[in-house]
Amino acid sequence: MQPSLPGKAQATLREVLPRLVLSPSLFLILLFVYGFIIYTGYLSLTDSRMLPSYDLEGLGNYAKLWGQRNWLIALQNLAIFGILYIAICSVLGLVLAILLDQKIRGEGILRPIYLYPMALSFIVTGTAWKWFLDPGLGLENTMHLWGWESFTFNWIKDRNMAIYTVVIAAVWQSSGFVMAMFLAGLRGIDSEILKAAQMDGASRWSLYTRIVIPQLRPVFLSAFVVLAHLAIKAYDLVIALTNGGPGRATELPATFMYSYTFTRNQMGVGASSAVIMLAMIASIIVPYLYSELRERR
Amino acid sequence: MSRSTQPSFRTGKILRAALYSVLILFAVYYLLPLFVMLVNSVKTLDEIRGGNMMSLPEAFTIEPWLVAWSKAQIGVEPTGLSPYFINSIMMVVPAVAISTALGAMNGYVLTKWRFPGDKIIFGLMLFACFIPFQIVLIPMARVLGMIGIAGTTSGLVLVHVVYGLGFTTLFFRNYYAAFPDELIKAAKMDGAGFWRTFTRILLPSSGPIIVVTVIWQFTNIWNDFLFGASFADFDSMPMTVALNNLVSSSTGVKEYNVHFAGAVLAALPTLIVYVVSGRYFVRGLMAGAVKG
Repeated sequence: MQPSLPGKAQATLREVLPRLVLSPSLFLILLFVYGFIIYTGYLSLTDSRMLPSYDLEGLGNYAKLWGQRNWLIALQNLAIFGILYIAICSVLGLVLAILLDQKIRGEGILRPIYLYPMALSFIVTGTAWKWFLDPGLGLENTMHLWGWESFTFNWIKDRNMAIYTVVIAAVWQSSGFVMAMFLAGLRGIDSEILKAAQMDGASRWSLYTRIVIPQLRPVFLSAFVVLAHLAIKAYDLVIALTNGGPGRATELPATFMYSYTFTRNQMGVGASSAVIMLAMIASIIVPYLYSELRERR
Repeated sequence: MSRSTQPSFRTGKILRAALYSVLILFAVYYLLPLFVMLVNSVKTLDEIRGGNMMSLPEAFTIEPWLVAWSKAQIGVEPTGLSPYFINSIMMVVPAVAISTALGAMNGYVLTKWRFPGDKIIFGLMLFACFIPFQIVLIPMARVLGMIGIAGTTSGLVLVHVVYGLGFTTLFFRNYYAAFPDELIKAAKMDGAGFWRTFTRILLPSSGPIIVVTVIWQFTNIWNDFLFGASFADFDSMPMTVALNNLVSSSTGVKEYNVHFAGAVLAALPTLIVYVVSGRYFVRGLMAGAVKG
């Protein structure tokens, strides 16, 4: 039977309609994500100051960027913050997940308590910890009032230690989330394997170190990717907690980019720092997404 | 979720007690900052200055909350946080609705109406979830200016829709990928078209993923600071930006009790959502973390 002409038209519409539905989103993503990446990449090669300029000047901004002490401080802080944040969150998350997985009564109450900070804005977290860590108002003062006169905890005012307060607040916010990821991983392990290992007389410790933790490797990878990309993007928390200070002691790439672009009128340098940030994230995310998408086929 | 059978714990009650103590200690650690915010938001300023931040209020007062809500100085205006709370709502509701609707349709097309190149499109959308937003700040400011919505709530809605699309698409795609293709085929055989199949077959069973996506988007957009700080002007500033202005303003006396009340106000909507539907919140986090 030959399809009639309207039928043909209908068939064509049927073919095209799905793509038509997808096209606004694709357009938005192509323009606002990839187009903007290209635009910012281009700006990083120009002599833009307060306003975008389209006069190319080569890699001058990158040379300037790497000659900036502030940028080097920001990278050093990111390294300290990123490594400690990822390491502590992973260890704490794993330990909490293992402890919670011991048939705990009240797990249903404890788990949401560990996880709720993830629902808060970093600005709220920053505000809470800012006063909590304030020597005159918070923990130090409390310890003094409780009779521990010699207790000092003034990291937030100390140039050399302030970056660690960012770690403290960020770990508080994210570790429960990592715990939830590990817990889901633990619950997904085949219990037969564990039973068999126990029959063979494996101790509790070796059960975990030899069998359980190695099986959690994919969770470690996911946790690493999520935490690393959060670390590189970290902005709000620093703004609320220390505002980059004292001095420039808690400058991170994200705060650097913002201040150079919008307050210091060095848009070219700001754009080049944004490109470096994107490159850092892409080097972690692209291989991860690639392997995840391939596996799923 | 099936519980793995752990070997039974017979190493004695002491170990068990230690385990519970450690777990409770951690619960205290996570609750402490919230506790500090709450108790100090109902103390007088004198009591905070002279007293212990861990102690319960001697004289309970609701005043800091009232000041934070309607009188505190944000920038130059003594308006309190209420107008900005409303700004946030005006921004969050349409942004969540639009990005969720688009994500649902994208997920539907990408799983049930596949075409050559759809994987690449999905890959492009997925990568968009993770970009550092610093890379789009400069051109976004210009584009918002060009289309005349710079500094408005509509501008922020657009921004949040665009940068939320990747996640909403991901959520629905993964959910619909697990939906049996046979049902779709049967519907197509029966002559159901693109929209009928979507509204009659897929949407009715999409409840859970819609909840997950709405909660995820709501939390992210409500908590956003960077876009609000970059693209809002004084009249469209969202709650997080207003709170930060309140707390970090250097003029006048630092009213810690008002800051704490403001912080709790800013946290309240997402906290309520979390308490009411934490299960879905966790599912969103997992779906956002464990790709594919």
